[in-house]
Amino acid sequence: MRAHAVHFGWLRLSRHLAECSFRPGFSGLLRPVFNIQGIVMSLDKATVARIATLARIEVPEDQLEPLARELSGILGWIEQLGEVDTSAVEPMRSVMDIRQDWRPDTVDAGDCQADILRNAPKAHDGFFVVPKVVE
Amino acid sequence: MTSDLTRLTLKAARDGLARKDFSAGELTRAHLAAMEKARGLNAFITETPEKALSMAEAADRRLADGAGGLLEGLPVAIKDLFCTEGVATTAASHILDGFVPPYESTVTRKLWEQGAVCLGKTNLDEFAMGSANITSHHGPVKSPWTQPGDTADLVPGGSSGGSAAAVAARVALAATGTDTGGSIRQPASFCGIAGIKPTYGRCSRWGTVAFASSLDQAGAFARTVEDCALFLQAMAGHDPKDSTSADLAVPDWSGRLSGRVKGLRIGLPKEYRVEGMPSEIERLWQQGADWLKAEGAEVVEISLPHTKYALPTYYIIAPAEASSNLARYDGMRFGLRVEGKNLAETYMKTRGLGFGDEVRRRILIGTYVLSAGYYDAYYLKAQKVRRRIAEDFTAAFKEVDAILTPTAPSAAFRIGEKMDDPVAMYLNDVFTVPSSLAGLPGMSVPAGLSADGLPLGLQVIGRAWDEQTVLDVSRAIEDAAGFATLPYGLEA
Amino acid sequence: MGYTIKGATGDWEIVVGLEVHAQVMSSSKLFSGASTRYGGAPNSQVSTVDAGMPGMLPVVNERCIEQAVRTGLGLKAQINRLSVFERKNYFYPDLPQGYQISQYEHPIVGKGVLVIDMPDGSTREIGITRLHLEQDAGKSVHDQRDDETLIDLNRSGVALMEIVSEPDIRTPDEAVLYMRKLRSILRYLGTCDGNMEEGSLRCDANVSVRRVGDTAFGTRCEIKNVNSMRFVARAIEYEARRQVELLENGEKVVQETRLFDSARGETRSMRGKEEAHDYRYFPDPDLLPLELEEHFIERIRADLPELPDEKKARFIEAYGLSAYDAGVLVAERATAAYFEEVASSSDAKLAANWVVNELFGLLAKAGVGIEESPVSAANLAALIRLIGDGTISGRIAKDVFAIMFETGEAPAKIVEERGLKQVTDSSSIEPIVDQLIADNPGQVETWRKNPKVSGWFVGQVMKATGGKANPGMVNEVVARKLAALG
Repeated sequence: MRAHAVHFGWLRLSRHLAECSFRPGFSGLLRPVFNIQGIVMSLDKATVARIATLARIEVPEDQLEPLARELSGILGWIEQLGEVDTSAVEPMRSVMDIRQDWRPDTVDAGDCQADILRNAPKAHDGFFVVPKVVE
Repeated sequence: MTSDLTRLTLKAARDGLARKDFSAGELTRAHLAAMEKARGLNAFITETPEKALSMAEAADRRLADGAGGLLEGLPVAIKDLFCTEGVATTAASHILDGFVPPYESTVTRKLWEQGAVCLGKTNLDEFAMGSANITSHHGPVKSPWTQPGDTADLVPGGSSGGSAAAVAARVALAATGTDTGGSIRQPASFCGIAGIKPTYGRCSRWGTVAFASSLDQAGAFARTVEDCALFLQAMAGHDPKDSTSADLAVPDWSGRLSGRVKGLRIGLPKEYRVEGMPSEIERLWQQGADWLKAEGAEVVEISLPHTKYALPTYYIIAPAEASSNLARYDGMRFGLRVEGKNLAETYMKTRGLGFGDEVRRRILIGTYVLSAGYYDAYYLKAQKVRRRIAEDFTAAFKEVDAILTPTAPSAAFRIGEKMDDPVAMYLNDVFTVPSSLAGLPGMSVPAGLSADGLPLGLQVIGRAWDEQTVLDVSRAIEDAAGFATLPYGLEA
Repeated sequence: MGYTIKGATGDWEIVVGLEVHAQVMSSSKLFSGASTRYGGAPNSQVSTVDAGMPGMLPVVNERCIEQAVRTGLGLKAQINRLSVFERKNYFYPDLPQGYQISQYEHPIVGKGVLVIDMPDGSTREIGITRLHLEQDAGKSVHDQRDDETLIDLNRSGVALMEIVSEPDIRTPDEAVLYMRKLRSILRYLGTCDGNMEEGSLRCDANVSVRRVGDTAFGTRCEIKNVNSMRFVARAIEYEARRQVELLENGEKVVQETRLFDSARGETRSMRGKEEAHDYRYFPDPDLLPLELEEHFIERIRADLPELPDEKKARFIEAYGLSAYDAGVLVAERATAAYFEEVASSSDAKLAANWVVNELFGLLAKAGVGIEESPVSAANLAALIRLIGDGTISGRIAKDVFAIMFETGEAPAKIVEERGLKQVTDSSSIEPIVDQLIADNPGQVETWRKNPKVSGWFVGQVMKATGGKANPGMVNEVVARKLAALG
């Protein structure tokens, strides 16, 4: 089932490429695909609201539903990764084999209060001023 | 005279300054005039004419003294993702309203140290998230190109659309870009110019607004391969302030540039020959291979089996990193603050109103894939697949010296054309994302025109740290293609 | 040991694990070059990196890595050659990046052990689960303004070691002993100054209770803000009693974070004050995995000082001290060094006695540390020698010591100037004894019935000589003179 979905997804990409050659703009071929595969709405409204709160982004109520659909579409498309066998694969922790520099323990920064506060929406007496943190 | 100076290559302008054919001041004023004329493109968010003139003046003094750096007196444009001391830096986002960095990014500092002249900060997709430069808070960038006989505005590609447009429109001799999944190569292809993303770790990321830290890499736009080499040489180099910057000497890429490909083995990954690929792209790709063969390269088919998983992998890793990188835009210390009735509301409103749709979309996706219970299925899985993708390249580079592919699956498309499907938009980067995930150097070089008369680029991918071969192969294609078409309206 | 809480339905034991945040001693921060100095003007020790400005990147401080490894070695712990810095994501105004760089799945230090010294001289081992490096957050000032909070980022980015113990602690006192010992080791190593007032050492306690005999753990609560030695025991005790009370009443302990209110001496729930956290940890892509070379670790190992446990064992072995005295003497490196200097030129057991019983008392009263002791180690040794060679008596020595503490003068000088030398010449004692016998026929009669009463004569002689007479010699003269009466 999953393999079929992925295969279909890749085909869809191919169809899409054929489609976009002279009339680029990538007309929405994808959503029906996901509908067929039954993976639409892997994210519901409540989940989107929860994520949005976690990310501290206000999303107006009337945008939750369309956003849920949109994000479900993206996630559905991402699902094809499930097909890759990664059982013996270490996750990639760094792209390049670079030796990491360590900094010597010297004080060579700071002492620049004005620069630190210059862009602050609100500052007072050397402090950033922010809305009350309720303890 | 004025327009002549803007038609020069970076190298030719450099030679002209050395010969004292013209001054840095004259060269700069010519470009400032072009910048003003091209304002309709919306390629710049901030123009810095006064800074440019004073830098040019200083450059002229150094040139008169026989001193001067690699780019002395040469006017260039800076993607507005690089922090510039005392000059507003927006990342094309509402949320950075009013932000003026008290520091200079390492890349731009290096450019100024080499004498380059800053024309201004170019427009981009908000936080470099996009492939068409339509997500900028400061409005979309128009490509200087239009289809012959058509007036519809086209996208310049993205995210470095303003930089690409500025170089293509002969407003800047070169420009900085950043490339996370194709943000230099795709707009270079769309705008008919050259663009190189070096190996991850070649340019310092310090002072460049982060999108996805493990992928972001600064690079260069110019109108020739040689100019790209010269410009990148000035940008690159080890930076102790960036833990992911490689402690390697920067080779004299431009000096060593030969364009010789004789004896090189060039791979064409069969997985990039996707079913239904536009025939003109396929033809151009074959043409590129034939050109290289004619110059004595050996062209072979290779396999990069995990290619089709690159985009989904990218769309987990990049949003995940972005969701965390963009947490600092919270209205507390800089940029936009939208006051709410308490702290919680201030956070929600500031970030709700400060970020545009695409950025919001990616932050939410990224937050989701990192959240409890989903991390293993998405993020960890993606990091594993990413290793498979990188291993594909490692294996391939045992057989070949460089890889040739199309840069993008299409030519530029119209601004405002139906683009409400995010995934469709993401497919723009299908050919550039795999090498980004592997951290490899890649370059787009203009190779021909589509049936609609729009530029198409070919991409050359090289081994890690082997920008030289990438540049040489690109140069060979450039020479063979002889791409000389100017954007419509610039011919005169 | 054997600490239990008596409930109506039976006895309960407590299970405690401690999470200690120890500020790493370093000049600059974990990932930036700003100073770590305490008490600077607000936001004066903040770099653009610490303020989370756009495009700023972390670069790890070599010294902080060294300090973590040194601490790990001091805790006899496994040093992980590969560890990973991860981002812990949450929003708070004192967290400028929107995430804290910490270590999660792969800490720099793994399992170790800490030995606590029980009051009876025995020891107990408390397991160390892990030690990891992380950034401190800034400081929020809530009480200056009604509707706004002030933020100072001076602490933002300062390196902390989070040291997590196994749930091996069984009494509130053990928790205190654990904290004391940990602080002692950190100070020996020079990796943390252990100053709880300045927040260099902070403690959270995970507390649960279970019926005596049960082996499964109960539901635990995390008590935050237990920031003095005194509060460690009080917070745990209060929390354990609260949990027992709940369970005895048939209620359940809810796993939650609680705050210790030191003013009221109680813990209270932070529920509702903090939303459900989902920290979305992932490896920080700005930092590569932290790889340690074997020779780096070995160089630090070779450089380790003698630690309290080893020192204690040596003190017992080499000086014949009691476990208790040895434990007390090694708690601070400076104290141990002081003692060893005294013992190097005087009797070690007497030295230990004088340091533990006399010097500590006066120092505590004066509120000064051993480093500022007015009595130098050399002078204390000299005093002990004066007792040993009979120049002064033990009783006089205490007076001399008090003067030494006040004036800082050498004991010989004090004894000389104040004529405190012990009288050892029997010819000066004999007339006094003769006189006493002559003046006190009643006592002599009593002595005849009970020879032990000779002590009375000795006491009178000592009194008459102002304590300077050598007691042994006085004994001898008194005995001889009384015997001569026949």
